[in-house]
Amino acid sequence: MSDQALLSIRDLVVEFPTRRGLLRPVDHVSFDIHRGEILGVVGESGAGKSMTGSAVVGLIDRPGRIAAGEVLLDGEPIHRLSEDAMRRVRGRKIGMVFQDPLTSLNPLLRIGDQLVETIRTHLSVGEAEARKRAIAALDEVGIPAAARRIDSYPHEFSGGMRQRVVIALALAAEPELVIADEPTTALDVSVQAQIIALLKRLCRERGAAVMLITHDMGVIAEATDRVAVLYAGRLAEIGPTPDVLSRPKHPYTVGLMKSTPSTLGEGGRLHQIPGSMPGLRAIPNGCAFHPRCTKRFERCDKERPDPIPVGAGQIACWLYDPAEGDRHAAARAELAGAGSDPAAIATAEAGEGAA
Amino acid sequence: MLAFIIRRVGQAVIVLFTVGLVAFAIFRFMGDPVENMLGQEATVADRAALIERLGLNDPIPIQYLRFVGGALQGEFGISYRLGRPVSELIVERLPATLELAMVSALFALAFGVMLGVYTGIRRDGFLANVIMSSSLIGVSLPTFLIGILLIWIFAVEFGWLPSFGRGETVTLFGFWESVLFTVSGLKSLILPAITLGLYQMTLIMRLVRSEMLEVLRTDYIRFARARGLRRQAIYFTHALKNTLVPVITVTGLQLGSIIAFAIITETVFQWPGVGLLFINAISFVDIPVMAAYLLLVGAVFVTINLIVDLLYFAIDPRVRFDSPGKGA
Repeated sequence: MSDQALLSIRDLVVEFPTRRGLLRPVDHVSFDIHRGEILGVVGESGAGKSMTGSAVVGLIDRPGRIAAGEVLLDGEPIHRLSEDAMRRVRGRKIGMVFQDPLTSLNPLLRIGDQLVETIRTHLSVGEAEARKRAIAALDEVGIPAAARRIDSYPHEFSGGMRQRVVIALALAAEPELVIADEPTTALDVSVQAQIIALLKRLCRERGAAVMLITHDMGVIAEATDRVAVLYAGRLAEIGPTPDVLSRPKHPYTVGLMKSTPSTLGEGGRLHQIPGSMPGLRAIPNGCAFHPRCTKRFERCDKERPDPIPVGAGQIACWLYDPAEGDRHAAARAELAGAGSDPAAIATAEAGEGAA
Repeated sequence: MLAFIIRRVGQAVIVLFTVGLVAFAIFRFMGDPVENMLGQEATVADRAALIERLGLNDPIPIQYLRFVGGALQGEFGISYRLGRPVSELIVERLPATLELAMVSALFALAFGVMLGVYTGIRRDGFLANVIMSSSLIGVSLPTFLIGILLIWIFAVEFGWLPSFGRGETVTLFGFWESVLFTVSGLKSLILPAITLGLYQMTLIMRLVRSEMLEVLRTDYIRFARARGLRRQAIYFTHALKNTLVPVITVTGLQLGSIIAFAIITETVFQWPGVGLLFINAISFVDIPVMAAYLLLVGAVFVTINLIVDLLYFAIDPRVRFDSPGKGA
């Protein structure tokens, strides 16, 4: 792992001007992804996960825009590139996999044509060579009889097979970074693990980094090296996956872990975080989580916390501010205790072992 | 596939028989052809002879069967007005109408798709808005007014194009009088073709535009963009192809109405096609011509619908029945 991050997001702000005011689905988010690393991005619906992914590849629908911050790929800023220059980055440097394989493929074009077109757009190879590569790509993602199936239409494949085709398409021009936006959400549970394993294997083999957007903690535990937790468009916590899953520190992450069912656990009632995530029109002052936080104190509704380095990760919570001294030690200990759910640790360690 | 075609052809035959019945009913209930043909000084004997000659004394079912039998052989009787076989008149006039209709349809399709794609892509552009607004004129102005306006501007004011007739023709295959191969013929084709096709063009354009807007929002277009495909490829290969199914339906059906509504344009431009023949037949209660025209238009519509259905197979693989092995 070289010291320069492959993808570096710095204070990214995405804004949508609407008639009823300015919305900020992504609000000063920063993180890095290194070569060969799989970074999980979790959060509830509307937390800004997908929007962050779209911002990186410059596919935010109008009137949304990147209002501030930087997106650096290999140290080069890509957030201000022209449409045509950005087009060359998409697919070639950054591949994307979307949620629903049933609607991601053009129903009227053979999958081979879609693959060949993508390959020939980015790499200077001839038709025959592109077709050869397309068959190899299908073979690699586990499509049986790829040489024959290449001339099939998308509707002739099952959902899981289609997502394999989508992955083949996303990787066709050998990108260095793959953004997978909930790649398994629309699939059968039995197929989900296969797709995640496939994505992981291909990216490892090619040394590509992955930004894996999901709300499935099982997927996070199984596939990712590090995980970023987003809440209301802001980064709540980021750190190595085992740390975040088994020793979460941010009160929101702690609540999130306690509310995740685990097949290894003893059963019993799941925890609920009181209240719900604020809408983008009503983000509270200070820390966005403070109205729901059981550990809040006077500073939380006044000042917004920036991510504070703690151990190998960062936590955006005033409890961990060195300036606060030891006066929150008890609260931190309680969070640590609550987070040390044996089931969560077991899940995380199983994931660690598999990685 | 074959079963589908057979079923559709069967339906087409039923429709045509129904149209035939209506056409026949017109024979019975519209005016008295005998009165028209003989004039004031005819004797009762003349009258009886003519009624006998036209077969109007036979029972109605017999008359209907004779009409259907004749129609199946392409015989529609003798024109009351011109005293010539109707089939001969139609064969003589049909090329003019078909050429006009085809050129109009091509004009409507080519410009409709081009402008529709443009206005769909540049949704908020100034030029796109100008095109969309002026397309309202095309939709709302009646055909005869458009024709008269075009004659006024291009024939009267500028004198560039002829205002009526077909110009010089070339005879193909012994009977097909074509205007497509002479300069004066082509020049006289321009104004009627635009007049006839303008409504269809705006219709196709609006349809393509709304379909484009719809398709450009889909996941597979988003995925195509995320793969960094070129704009032209996204717009023309991925998006346009997905808009074509409804466009083909509408264009096909419109082709039928282009032929049917050529009546008005042919009247305005005195274009010697079947439409003009029909209009003249109406004023003389020339029933055989009218009945034949009705059947002709019916046949055209039915044939076009059949072709449109078959085109779906060509464009959308999902409606093909004989697709190789289902999903893995």
